[in-house]
Amino acid sequence: MTLRTLRQPGLWLTLGILAVIGVLAPATGSAALRETMFTQLMFIAFASSLNLMLGYTGYVSFGHIVFFGLGGYVGFYLLSAQHWPLAAAVVGGGLAAALLAMLLGLSILRLRGAYFALATIGINEAVRAFINNFEPFGGPTGMSLNFSVYKQYGGAAQALWITYYSVLALTVAVVLLSFFIKHSKAGLGLISIREDEDAAMVMGVNAPLAKTRAFVLSAIVPGMIGALFFFKNGNIEPADAFRLPLSIEMIVMVMLGGQGTVLGPMLGAATYQQLRIYLLTSPTFKELQLVFAGLSLLIIILFIPGGVVGWLRARLPRLRGVLE
Amino acid sequence: MATQLLASLVDGLLIGFVYGVAAMGLTLIWGVMRVINLAHGAIMALGMFGLYFLFTGLGLNPYLALPLVAVAGLLSGILMYTLAVQRVINAPYLSTLLATFSVNMMLIGVGTAVYSTSPYNVDFGLGSLALGPLTLPYSRLVAAGVAVGVAGALYFFLYRTAPGKAIRAVANNRSAAELMGIPSNRVLALSFGLGVMLAAVAGGLIATFFPFTILSGNAYQLNSFVISVLGGLGNPLGALIGGLILGLLEGLVSVFLPVNWTPVIEFGLFVLILLVRPSGLFGARR
Repeated sequence: MTLRTLRQPGLWLTLGILAVIGVLAPATGSAALRETMFTQLMFIAFASSLNLMLGYTGYVSFGHIVFFGLGGYVGFYLLSAQHWPLAAAVVGGGLAAALLAMLLGLSILRLRGAYFALATIGINEAVRAFINNFEPFGGPTGMSLNFSVYKQYGGAAQALWITYYSVLALTVAVVLLSFFIKHSKAGLGLISIREDEDAAMVMGVNAPLAKTRAFVLSAIVPGMIGALFFFKNGNIEPADAFRLPLSIEMIVMVMLGGQGTVLGPMLGAATYQQLRIYLLTSPTFKELQLVFAGLSLLIIILFIPGGVVGWLRARLPRLRGVLE
Repeated sequence: MATQLLASLVDGLLIGFVYGVAAMGLTLIWGVMRVINLAHGAIMALGMFGLYFLFTGLGLNPYLALPLVAVAGLLSGILMYTLAVQRVINAPYLSTLLATFSVNMMLIGVGTAVYSTSPYNVDFGLGSLALGPLTLPYSRLVAAGVAVGVAGALYFFLYRTAPGKAIRAVANNRSAAELMGIPSNRVLALSFGLGVMLAAVAGGLIATFFPFTILSGNAYQLNSFVISVLGGLGNPLGALIGGLILGLLEGLVSVFLPVNWTPVIEFGLFVLILLVRPSGLFGARR
């Protein structure tokens, strides 16, 4: 299976696009471009992670940013209070997010449909309220890093590049993961759950376990990126870590590009990011960013549920091998 | 301490009636068409603002303004169904969830742009009733009374009138109802309108005693989810009782813990119910 997967043109197209996005900043050496691309890669990683749930399994997670926030908090705590090295703290953040996803998944994913969605709406508020009251994490004021931490990594400028490359690596990893899952037996199991959960279970798919596994996988990378993001940021507080609008925007990105495809979330994240930059800088639309996101989401759901990639695949059957 | 606890519990109970009405709106829509209205919180916020503008703009008595808010809620619910839900009503959960969610985003987005997120309040004091050691604000007593009236009216409508019976028929079995000549699409639109109306009325009632922002709906929406699941999704009476339970619980919690723990407790309760008894305390009406 592996060798055949490696020969798929879709894989190389996806990786090629990612490589172009990733190489731009190091090639020019521009710090401003690096920051833009950092956000861009982060969004691609978020959207691709969410797609494992939303696109493959057909379960929507409305509060996915909670994993970014929790991973950020745990990673930050390990860095600042326990003085762990960055790599270990990032892994710690990812594991914390995975653990939360596992607990939530085991308790709720054995139920169907809407219950899970209701739970994911509440989880972000609940975790935020918890952190707000949790003194070891600094409560409502959060925590900040001592500037000397960056010295171990060759100074602040160097540390920023390290976080950039780490996010690039994580993004490539999550895109590869979603490609391989799609071409694996486990992935087929997820897709069959999306299409008809009863039928999938009759065919021997252990649906609760498969759904929980997908949820855990979709939580890890956002958690790790959270740790990196707040290491770069230097301080963390609840309002920054659990930004609910970002979870919403992730959903828009996935739906825009095409849920259930590998390329879709990437394209969606890139397109949405460009639109967002435009909307935020345009005086007329600055206030109406959320309205615009909502309207585009509604139009996609009502008229082009497959997103851009799904639409292209339906129109151009010949490109189906390439547009994964 | 005992007095404080009693006062807090009575407060919670009175608000619980209003929570119950809000949750009835959510659970009614779910029961009839298996759609979770994720714009529920935004609609509640609009109910609050509707009441506020009728009161400060037109100088209307808040309790006279409430029926207007209800009518506006009914109409906007029907409109929302027609524009956003109807087309995906037979699609998987994902589509209806995302469709109502996108309406939520638009409402909140416009609301934030127009009213910002600063707090408003309806400055209409009714005084309070001194009852032994307790002081009960009349506004809460009236709100609880209105909530009971609304719940009763909903039951009368569903069980004693032709359109209400049609709603129950469609909830039971949509295709069979269609074969009996019930225009299911219109009935679905009406049910959605009613659900949105209940949310708007609950929002209006809350505005008579609490200050609010355009984002307040979010907290009440979480609240309604917990109540609906507690009472059994799809069971309006269960929602009312669930509202009372949650109201009492909030009253109890506020005595022992800071208020900002409430979302944590509510969410914990939500997960616990789903773990132990996913059909809710009173079972879902199938």
